[in-house]
Amino acid sequence: MVNPVTDRSTVLPQAEKASPAVLPAAIQLTRICKSFGPVRANHNVNITIAAGSIHGIIGENGAGKSTLMSILYGFYETDSGLIEVDGKPVTITSPQAAIAVGIGMVHQHFMLIDTFTVLENIILGAETSTLLNPGLAEARIKLQKLEDEYGLNVDLDAMIGELPVGEQQRVEILKALYRNARILILDEPTGVLTPQETTQLFRILRALNREGVTIVLITHKLKEIMAITDTVSVMRAGEMVAHRKTEATDAEELAELMVGRKVFGTIDRGTAACGEPLLKVTGLRVDSDGAVPLLDDISFQVRAGEIVGIAGVSGNGQSELLEVLSGIRGFDAGEIMLNGRQVSPDHLCDPKAVRGLKTAHVPEDRHRLGMVTRFSAQESSILGYQDSAVYNRGPFFDLSRIKAECRRLMDGFDVRPRHPEILSANMSGGNQQKLILAREIDKDPEILLVGQPTRGVDIGAIEFIHRQLVELRNRGTAVLMVSVELDEVMKLSDRILVMFGGRIVAEVAGPDADEKTLGLMMANAHGCTPAPADTHA
Amino acid sequence: MEQSFLFLVLTLDATLRVSTPLIFCAMAGLFSERSGIIDISLEGKMLAAAFAAASVAAVTGSAWLALIAGVAVAVGLALLHGFACITHKGNHVVSGVAINILASGLTIVLGIAWFQRGGQTPSLPPTARFMPVEFPLAQAVDGVPVLGTIYRELLSGHNLLVYVAFLIVPLTWWVVYRTRFGLRLRAVGENPTAVDTAGLSVSWLRFRAVMLCGLLTGLAGTYLSIAQNASFVRDMTAGQGYIALAAMIFGKWRPFPAFGACLIFGLLDAVAIRLQGVHVAGIGEVPVEFIQALPYILTVILLAGFIGKAVAPKAIGMPYLKER
Amino acid sequence: MSQASTTLPRWIDIGLIPLINVLMALLVSGAIILMIGENPIEAVQIMLVGALGYEEGIGYTLYYTTNFIFTGLAVAVAFHAGLFNIGGEGQAYIGGLGAGLFLLMADSSLPSILLLPLGLITAGLFGAAWAAIPAYLQAYRGSHIVITTIMFNFIASALMVFLMVNVLIKPGQMSPESRVFLDPAHLPFAHEVFAWMGIKISRSPLNVSLIWAVLCCFGLWLFIWRTRWGYAIRSVGFNEKAAVYAGITPAKTVMLAMFVSGALAGFVGVNEVMGVHHRLLLNFTAGYGFTGIAVSLMGRNHPLGIVLASLLFGVLYQGGAELAFEVPTITRELVVVIQGLVILFSGALAYMSTPWVEWLYGRFSKRQAESRQEAA
Repeated sequence: MVNPVTDRSTVLPQAEKASPAVLPAAIQLTRICKSFGPVRANHNVNITIAAGSIHGIIGENGAGKSTLMSILYGFYETDSGLIEVDGKPVTITSPQAAIAVGIGMVHQHFMLIDTFTVLENIILGAETSTLLNPGLAEARIKLQKLEDEYGLNVDLDAMIGELPVGEQQRVEILKALYRNARILILDEPTGVLTPQETTQLFRILRALNREGVTIVLITHKLKEIMAITDTVSVMRAGEMVAHRKTEATDAEELAELMVGRKVFGTIDRGTAACGEPLLKVTGLRVDSDGAVPLLDDISFQVRAGEIVGIAGVSGNGQSELLEVLSGIRGFDAGEIMLNGRQVSPDHLCDPKAVRGLKTAHVPEDRHRLGMVTRFSAQESSILGYQDSAVYNRGPFFDLSRIKAECRRLMDGFDVRPRHPEILSANMSGGNQQKLILAREIDKDPEILLVGQPTRGVDIGAIEFIHRQLVELRNRGTAVLMVSVELDEVMKLSDRILVMFGGRIVAEVAGPDADEKTLGLMMANAHGCTPAPADTHA
Repeated sequence: MEQSFLFLVLTLDATLRVSTPLIFCAMAGLFSERSGIIDISLEGKMLAAAFAAASVAAVTGSAWLALIAGVAVAVGLALLHGFACITHKGNHVVSGVAINILASGLTIVLGIAWFQRGGQTPSLPPTARFMPVEFPLAQAVDGVPVLGTIYRELLSGHNLLVYVAFLIVPLTWWVVYRTRFGLRLRAVGENPTAVDTAGLSVSWLRFRAVMLCGLLTGLAGTYLSIAQNASFVRDMTAGQGYIALAAMIFGKWRPFPAFGACLIFGLLDAVAIRLQGVHVAGIGEVPVEFIQALPYILTVILLAGFIGKAVAPKAIGMPYLKER
Repeated sequence: MSQASTTLPRWIDIGLIPLINVLMALLVSGAIILMIGENPIEAVQIMLVGALGYEEGIGYTLYYTTNFIFTGLAVAVAFHAGLFNIGGEGQAYIGGLGAGLFLLMADSSLPSILLLPLGLITAGLFGAAWAAIPAYLQAYRGSHIVITTIMFNFIASALMVFLMVNVLIKPGQMSPESRVFLDPAHLPFAHEVFAWMGIKISRSPLNVSLIWAVLCCFGLWLFIWRTRWGYAIRSVGFNEKAAVYAGITPAKTVMLAMFVSGALAGFVGVNEVMGVHHRLLLNFTAGYGFTGIAVSLMGRNHPLGIVLASLLFGVLYQGGAELAFEVPTITRELVVVIQGLVILFSGALAYMSTPWVEWLYGRFSKRQAESRQEAA
C-alpha cells in the first residue's frame, strides 16, 4: 500500500554529517521496532540527533512520531533496537529512567494538575525533602534562576487551572529543566497555541538551545520545521523516510516526503450535475476552553450531486465540524442551512432531527461513535434508526425484519461474515465500516456527511466504498467528505476545502488540485490567511 | 439560665463523643478518595474493626492489643479493597458494597460462633477498655462558674481516642498539605498520568492511601466497641460510616470543613436524642427521624449543586490504565 | 461492568468464568465454616434438605426467591444503562409503603379485582418515584447516583420510622404496625391457590407474587432486548457517545432506566406487604435490596441468570435458617457473608481469573491444534 519515495542511501549520511565527530550524538536510535498487536507503529527506525541541535521530526498523524517519543521517554518498551544517549547505550523502562539520563518531555496534553500551583506542579516527583515547605523554598530559588537564565516568565504561585495554555506549556518546560534535562522533546507543542504564543515559544526554545539544550520538535507543521530546526527527519507509516539538513531542503520536498502516496487509483466520476445547495454553512464558530476557537469563521456550501472533500491533517477541526453538522455538538456563532432547515446556536438540531432532514452521517471513528461494539451486527445496523417504523411493530422490535434488513445490507455491501448475529467487535475494521456505510447510504440520504470513509479498510473494500460514494453523488446526494488521505480527497472530490487550525484556509476545484500544493496548504507552510468566504466555485 | 447552660455543655459533650468515629472515618475516606479510590466501605471496615477489637479485648483483657487487632483487621479489608480496585481495576463501588456486606455478616457469624451471645461480645471490664481520662484539677475547678463547668464536663473526662480523633484532623491537614506524600496523594487523585510521567508509582501511592484509610477506620471501630461502649453489638456502626462519607463530601474532601461537618452531624445526633418527645415552642414536636435524616438530606442537596459545589478529585473511581 | 474478554469463546466468558467466580465465593464460605469448627459438607446437606427437602421449605425458598428476582432485576436494568443503583432497599421500602397506604385507604371500598392490581401499580409507582429523584439529580444536576441512592436508603428508613411510629400505627398498640388490611386486599397464598384446585400443600409465605416476578423477568427480557427503549438503555450503558450519535438522549434514558429499576424494587413491597404481612410494618425489606446486587452480578444482568441466582440465594436464605436452627454455632447471617463474597468475586474481582483461563485455554487449543496436525 505504501510506496516510499525515498532514497535512504543518499539521505542518511547527511544526517550523520550534521553531528560533529568530536561530540557523541545526544540521541542515537538504531533499528527501533514497536508493534501493537498487528499494527507496526515503528519499524526499523534509525535516527541521530546531534548534541546541541534543534531537530525536527515531521509526519502526519499516525506516522509513529508519538510512539517513538514515548519509547524514548520510557512509556513503552521497544520490541527491538538500540537506544544510545550521549554515546552510551541505555535502557529506558520508565519516565524515571528517562529523566535520569537527561531527557525531558513536554507532552501534547500537558501533564499538569489544575488544582496545584505552578511550583507544586514542578516539584511533584522531584521533591527534595519529606516536608513540603523546605523543598518548595529550595525549588523556588532554583526555578527563579532558571527563569532568569532562559527568559521564561511564569508566576510560580499561580494556580495552573487559571493559566493560559501558553503559560502552562512554559511550566512543562520549566519542569523538565528543573529535572536537569539536557534533551528536551516537545510533542506537537504549538497545537493549542495562538500565533503570538508560538512565536514566544520559539524564542524560548532558541534561548534554551543557545545554553546547550538539545531540542527535539515533533510536529506536522512544515512552517515550524522551516522556522526553527537545524535538521529534520520525516516519518511516514511507522518508518523514517528521510533525514535532511533544514537549510538544504524546502517545504515542497518535505511535504511530498511526508504525505507520500497511497495508491487509490482513479475512478470514472463522470461530470458533476450540481443542483441546489443542500448544505450551507455561514460564519460557523465553536469556542474551546482556551484562547483558540476549535472552529472559526467556517463558510461553505455543498450542492446536490457533488462531493466536497475536506483535506487537512487530522486535529485541525474536521472532527468538530462533522460533529456540529450532525447535531452532536452545539456551536457558538454562525448559521447552518441543512436541507432547508435553518440551524443556529439558539435553535440547534439534535442528531435525531438531523436524520429527519434526510441527512446521514458516517462518523470518523466507528468504534467511538459509529457502532456499539458490544451489540450484534444487526443491532449496530439499526443504530440511529432504532425508532423507525421499519424496525418496530407496535412496542416491539420486528426482529425478523431487522435481521432480514441487516442481511440485505450485508449482501449489498459484501459485509463478511454474513452473520447478522455476530458481535460487532468481532468483525474486521473494513467490514464494520462497510456495515456502517450500508446503514447510512441505504436510507437514500439527500445529504451525506462522511468522515474517513476508508480508514483501516483493506484495498478491495476501499475501491468498493469509493464507488458507492460516487454513485450516491450521481444520484443527486450532496456529499461532504472529511479525509486525512489526500489522494482519497483528490480522487473523489468535485471541490476540495483545506482546513487548518479550525479554519478553511483554501478551496480548490477537484480537477485542479495537485498534491504538492495541497500538502503545503495542509501544513500551512506559508502561513496562509483564511481564504475569503466568497470563493465558492 | 444555669440549667440551660448545663444542658448546652452536656449536649456539646455528647456531640464530641458521637462525632469521634465520624471524624476518624471522614479523615479515612479523605485519604482514600483524595488518591482516587472511592470508598463506600468505611462502614464495613469500622464494623469489622469494632468486632475485632472487642473480641481481642475480651480474650486478652488488653485494650492496646485490642486496638492493634482492630486496626489490623481494618487495614486488611482496606488492602482487599486495594487489591480489587488498584490491582484488578475492579469497580470501586462494587468492591465497597462487598466489603460492607461481608463485614456485617462475618461479625455476626463469628461473634455467635466464638462467644454464643447472639452476636454480642462479652461485656468488658474497665481495664480492657479506653476509659475516660480525668484532667488534673477537674474537681478542684468545679467551683469556678462557666469555665469550670466547661473544663470539667466538656474538655475533661473523655477517653484517649476522643482526643486522638481531634488531633487527627490537624495531622491529616498537615500530611495532606504540608508533606511530600500529601502532594503526591493529591496529585494521584487528580491526574494519575501526570504522576506516572513524573516517575512515581500510581499503584503504590494509592495502596498507601487505602492503608491509611484502613488505619483510621480501625481506630473508629475500636473506639465504638471498647471505648464508647463496653462490647460489640451487632450492626453497631448503624450507618455512621455513611454519615462520615457524607460529612467528607460535605466538607468537599478537605480536612477542616469535613471535621466541621462531622461536628454538625454529631450535634444533630446528640440533639435528636435529647429532643425526643420534647415540645419546641412554635414548632411543636420535632420529629427525631427528621433530624436523624438531616445529614443525608443535606448531602443530597449539596451534591445536587444547590448549596455551593462539591467537586470530587478528578480521577476518582477511574482505574489507571497506562495508555496514551 | 468491566470489559469482557473478546479472545475467549462465549461459553467460557459467560459460562465458565462466572461459575469459577461463584465457586471461589463458596469455597471461601466453606473455609469460614471450617474456621468456626463445623463441617462444611454437612452444612451444605442441612441447607439443601432445609431448603428443598420438604414442602414448607420449598415454599419459603420460593418466597425468598420472589424478592431476589425483583431486586436483582432492579439492579440489572440500572446496570444495563451503566448505572449502579444501590438504592433498591429504599425503593422496596417506599414501594411497600405505597401499596400499604393505598390498601389502608381503599380496602373497604373496592373489590379484590381492583384492589390487588391497583396496589401493585401503586407499589411500582412509589418505588419508581423514589428512584426517579436520584436519577433526576444524576441526569440533570450531575450528582453521583451511587451516593444519592445510598442517602435515599437512609432517608426512606427515617421516613418509614416516622410514619409508622407517629401516623400509621394502629391506635392502642405498642409495636409500630398498621392495622391488618381487610381480606380482599390480601394476595392469595400458594397454599390457598392450590387448595382451590383441591390440592393440599403446606402453609408457607409463598404467594402469587412469584408469578408476577416471573412475568417481570420475561417482561424485562422483552423490554431490554426487544424494544427500542431497551436498545436505548443498552446503548447508553455500553457507549454513551454512540448513543448520542444515534439520537438517543442519555439524560432521558437514565430517567427511564431508573424508573423501571425503582418500580421493580418496589414490587418487593407487593410480596411482603400485600402477600405476607398484610399490614405495614418496619424493616420488611430485611436487606433484600442489597442481595439484589449479588443476584444481578452473579446472574450477569440477564433475567435467566437472575432467576437462577435468585433460586440459589433463596436456597441459601431458607437453608441458612434451617442450618442456624440445627447447628447452634452457625447463624443465618452466614448467608450475608456468602452474599458479600459473591459480590466480591463476581463483581469487583470478576476478571481476576480471566488471565489464567486465557492462558490455560491458549495452551489447550494449541495442543489440540498440534495433535490435529500430527494426526493429519
